[in-house]
Amino acid sequence: MIWVNDIIQGIMLGGLYALFACGLSLLFGVMKVINLAHGDLAILAGYLAVGVIAVTHIPPVWSFIIVVPLFAALGYLAQRTLIQASLNRGVLTTLLVTFGLSVVIENALQQFFSANAHSLPIGSLVSDSFGIGSQITIAYLDLAIFLVAVIVLLGLQYLLSSSKQGRLIRAVADDREAAQLAGADYRHIFGIAAAIAFATVALAGIAYGMYTSFDPSSGTTALLLLFAFEAVVIGGLGSLWGTLAGGILLGVIQQLGGQINSNDQVLAGQLLFLLVLLVRPQGITSRRRTA
Amino acid sequence: MSEVTATAPAVAAPVRVTRSRRSTVWAAIGAVVVIAVLAYLPYEVYSGTTSLLVNFFILLIMASMWNLLAGYAGLVSVGQQAFIGLGSYFVLIAGLHNIDPFLGLPLAALGSGIAGLVVWWLLSRLRSGYFAIATWVIASICYLVIIRFPALGGGTGESLTGLPNISASLLNAYIYWVALGVTVIMLIAVYALLRGRLGLVLTALRDDETGARSVGVRVSRAQLLVFVVAAIGCGAAGGLELISQPFVQPTAAFSVQWTAEMIFACLIGGIGSIEGPIIGTIVFFVLQQWLSSYGTWYFIVLGAVAIAVAIWAPRGLWGLISERFHIRLFPVGYWLWPAGEQTRPGLSRLPFPRRAGGAGSDT
Repeated sequence: MIWVNDIIQGIMLGGLYALFACGLSLLFGVMKVINLAHGDLAILAGYLAVGVIAVTHIPPVWSFIIVVPLFAALGYLAQRTLIQASLNRGVLTTLLVTFGLSVVIENALQQFFSANAHSLPIGSLVSDSFGIGSQITIAYLDLAIFLVAVIVLLGLQYLLSSSKQGRLIRAVADDREAAQLAGADYRHIFGIAAAIAFATVALAGIAYGMYTSFDPSSGTTALLLLFAFEAVVIGGLGSLWGTLAGGILLGVIQQLGGQINSNDQVLAGQLLFLLVLLVRPQGITSRRRTA
Repeated sequence: MSEVTATAPAVAAPVRVTRSRRSTVWAAIGAVVVIAVLAYLPYEVYSGTTSLLVNFFILLIMASMWNLLAGYAGLVSVGQQAFIGLGSYFVLIAGLHNIDPFLGLPLAALGSGIAGLVVWWLLSRLRSGYFAIATWVIASICYLVIIRFPALGGGTGESLTGLPNISASLLNAYIYWVALGVTVIMLIAVYALLRGRLGLVLTALRDDETGARSVGVRVSRAQLLVFVVAAIGCGAAGGLELISQPFVQPTAAFSVQWTAEMIFACLIGGIGSIEGPIIGTIVFFVLQQWLSSYGTWYFIVLGAVAIAVAIWAPRGLWGLISERFHIRLFPVGYWLWPAGEQTRPGLSRLPFPRRAGGAGSDT
């Protein structure tokens, strides 16, 4: 029965990874930009939440009400300035710029918040759990994060496929010039896509801050970018529902690997990633070969 | 390249093709003089200075390799620390088997090259950003595998054994000469590669990958060659790093910080020219010596400068210099001279593409 519990824990963990991966998947899908600062942005959101809680004294659980819109605005601004400027120069430049951004964010956080670890204080919620039978225990927090991930990813998938704004985003992603000719301002649409992506990054960062403690270098050392990326590739490019599936699979494999040996948790996930890359580079859910 | 074959038969007058606008004899003489002076240095300066210069050489090798990858083959890797770490550990393993570390160095380079082959086989299907992060994943895997071996020091690290039992200053001088030698070999290798057929292939690939493929350019083979050469270079740099320390700590050996340094040195100097990484490494290294005591502020400024350079001056310092003075110390492209224009200094009337080497930022 112990492995049933592991799989359930893995699914929960996978929800967190999928939430991280959402913004990465979206930015790549729409703008073909791989954001190397993704992990650091999530940590930045965590610190922003720490600051917001300290200033406004709102309960930490509700900090996202302020942080997420702030990050969405930041995403729109970043797209209209830095990312668009680098997009005009080519793929290489977007990678260099986001890499530079990652270094700037990490060191700026260290400068202003010191290298000490922080966490979002959510009191007893961090450990409260309920049991199913004698073997399976589920933490309320993990379940909540998982549900948020499912709602966000499936909700976004639905929005992209059904709403007017979603149609515009998909049109611009498919063919920028044609969409422009048809009257869509692609820079504005890109900005909106970036705002959504940054909003999900903020959610992921806050969730991570409740889940565990973080410090300025966590974006790099906790391998957040890599896990997000692995979830996207395992799930298959260009589909948010695939990203959710990829995140869950990654979480389960990591959890099972960790059961063998705690050092193997990360390695198991990365070997799964390599396996998918070799055997099914289009991802587990995608039918097209687009890698 | 296609321009050359297209226009040459049409122009009746002979078209002279040279490697650069000006003779590069002086650049070659200058390079030899610089190398000679550097080689003589251990007789004149304290070992602290030569140790510093060894770090400089290591960075120079890494930056040149990264430039080859990103600037010429369009392969942005943020996982080159995989090969640096592997290079260090290969020398360590050689030392554990009583092989002289200086002999272990070429073995480490070879081993890293083979590792590069394997990694390329895994990643060659990926493009741009996906390739970038996947290389990082590979580096992370290398780290996670290495720390599983207690014989290699596990997660805490291990000292290199087997360095020759000679006085510290002599050993330092040896390390310095070896580092200088490896650097010169690597730079010449990069230069020779880019001047040869590979340079043309990479240029064609950079300008139009689909077009290059359609006329039969074996794109993936060229990229494979570049990736393996870069792996060899970074492996040698990693081996040098271990010999100069002489201690390896897995977190530091496989740190993404290495890649950050390579990228910054390349960016500052200018991606897509041989001279760029050299100048960039000098500038980066001097800044590092002066400003690293400012810690985080140093990196904040460095990152901001890197962003600004990438967007507004993508050819870096060397790009600014060579545009201004029309010089190229290590030319890898071609200049076409219509008959009668040999002596005219002006550039404006040349109806030909300016040159056919170096990285394009405007593709």
